Amino acid sequence: MRRANPVALELAAPAGLVVVLALIAWQTVGAADDVKFRTAIVNVALVVALYVFVGNSGVLSFGQISFVAVGAFAAGLLTVPSDVKPGVLPDLFPFLKHHSIGNAWSLALAAGLGAVYALVVGVPLMRLSGLSAGIATFAVLGITYNILTYWTRIGPGATTLTLIPTSTDYLQGAVGAVAVILIAFAYQRSRWGRQLRAAREDPAAAQAAGIDIHRQRLGAFVLSGGLSGFAGGLLVHLPPGSITTNQVYLDLTFLTLAMLVVGGVHSLLGAVVGAIGVSLVNILLQNAENGIHVLGLKIDLPGGSSLVGVALVMLVVLLLRPSGVTGGREFALPRRLVGRASAAAAAPPPADAGV
Amino acid sequence: MSHLQALIDAVGLGAVYALIAVGIGLVFGVLRLVNFAYGQLIMIAAYMLVFTGGWGDAASILIAFAAAVFAALAMERIAFRPLRSTSPATMLVATFAISYLLQNVALLRYTYHNRPVGDSVGTLAGLNRIVELGSLHIRWITFVAIGAGLVALGGLTLLLNRTTLGLQMRAAAADFQTARVLGVRADTVIMAAVGISGVLAAAAAVILSVENQQITYTTGLNDTIFVLVGVVVGGMNRLLSATLGGFLIGFAISFAGAELPNQGASQSSTPFTTNVYLPSVVYVLVIVVLLLRPAGLFARRGQAAVERV
Repeated sequence: MRRANPVALELAAPAGLVVVLALIAWQTVGAADDVKFRTAIVNVALVVALYVFVGNSGVLSFGQISFVAVGAFAAGLLTVPSDVKPGVLPDLFPFLKHHSIGNAWSLALAAGLGAVYALVVGVPLMRLSGLSAGIATFAVLGITYNILTYWTRIGPGATTLTLIPTSTDYLQGAVGAVAVILIAFAYQRSRWGRQLRAAREDPAAAQAAGIDIHRQRLGAFVLSGGLSGFAGGLLVHLPPGSITTNQVYLDLTFLTLAMLVVGGVHSLLGAVVGAIGVSLVNILLQNAENGIHVLGLKIDLPGGSSLVGVALVMLVVLLLRPSGVTGGREFALPRRLVGRASAAAAAPPPADAGV
Repeated sequence: MSHLQALIDAVGLGAVYALIAVGIGLVFGVLRLVNFAYGQLIMIAAYMLVFTGGWGDAASILIAFAAAVFAALAMERIAFRPLRSTSPATMLVATFAISYLLQNVALLRYTYHNRPVGDSVGTLAGLNRIVELGSLHIRWITFVAIGAGLVALGGLTLLLNRTTLGLQMRAAAADFQTARVLGVRADTVIMAAVGISGVLAAAAAVILSVENQQITYTTGLNDTIFVLVGVVVGGMNRLLSATLGGFLIGFAISFAGAELPNQGASQSSTPFTTNVYLPSVVYVLVIVVLLLRPAGLFARRGQAAVERV
């Protein structure tokens, strides 16, 4: 073993977490909690997509949920069966009203639209940094929400879009989330990803070394936009197959950002751990609202307290570990194990070491 | 509605937003912290008006002010102080978490009792009476709002320019480390700024409560978002430019909202001409301003942005 910490583990750890969660939930979770666990897996895709830009560039963006919204509504609208669409959504443009596409195409379309939208927005906006960038990306979210809520020619407007096929089961969710993780991993180890991370640590030095910060940020923004759109597609295909504009606005923006920060902004593992951890806490508290038994005690929280609990958990984690649960590090074997492994590797290999 | 009427109402909203902008700008000045939870200070003060509705206006308003100041100081002590040395993104997300927490605590009030969201508030209801000046119909509260804005700004200018505490606050805003080296007590200055921001939140809460007469768990949220946007557009580095930015966005929203047609938007043949799309128009302008002048509309020329978020 040449490396102290095999690179493959940095990918295998977050991807493995998602697969294990999906397998356990698929095998053990009852119908009542099914949707919650599928949502948890989609949350991983959402947060990793956000991480691709925020984590690598160090620029805070409140706008990624716009791309989620665009992906979600595009994938949703175009998979509602075209024989019922004219009846429920009479104002739509004709090409939206009379056409429908399959599940896989809708996800591809969501990713494509997210990336294109991010490109259009990113070309001017990526010149900004700091607080200006934060507010400008927030303005994009505000515009997206506003237009989606009122322009009924391109969507359901202020009403709920229903009758969307619920194709995001554990398989689609897990495959989708792992695909997003894989792309995020490949990106952050690529030459562009490294350039952007260098610019995050020291913009002046990075520029002096010939890195075009604007171009690298834009690249990450577009990739993140595409992945966000794709995650939006996964989201919209969750049961009960309906979506409103409020679902992809402030609350989701806050929740995904908080998951990322709680996990650790600067690592892929942090994004995944934060998404899964906060989702599980949320599920636990939601169930406690209906009464659960813990160690023989019956816990029965008032309705709505799960959100209070999630916010409290986030605040406490932030106060105790300001750089997140993972501290912004990727997965690494405990030093003790690594030491033993490299010691074994250094020693003359036994006869059966070919395993 | 005449244009002059719209203009006066717009100045009224602008004045309230200017109050909020000062509160946000003061804390940003000394802490370099964008307090997203500021809206929930407004919400807390407004709920105090609801809870003490039967105690008479004076007592009720006094308690609202005390509660907002207490909540602001508690936020500072519990969350801002331990995180002071961390990255600005962490601090901002912490204020997100506080905001989300307080909103959901307020929401519990309705889910726990299983009843529709919202409480009506009757404090100073008399201020909603209308003054008729020729063809103009102006509510007393509009005058109060404008007056409160002017008084707060004047008082603050005096505080910042004529007192030792004000001098220390300006020094801390300019260079916190050097100010500390020169003997400025960090905690005192920060507590003072946070406390004053609480007072301003309560003042805004009283005015907004009288105007809207309805309090929910989202009271103050959208106002704060708009003001944050306005403050960054105006220029966060100086209190004056931040305040002007806050005033401007309140003014713009109210004025454009009154001047644009408001009939059903979706079916009209030319989309985007009615006032439901007002937020989009405002946000597009915000983006344009930020692209042209990233340090803010009213920032001094040649002054680079110093914020660290």
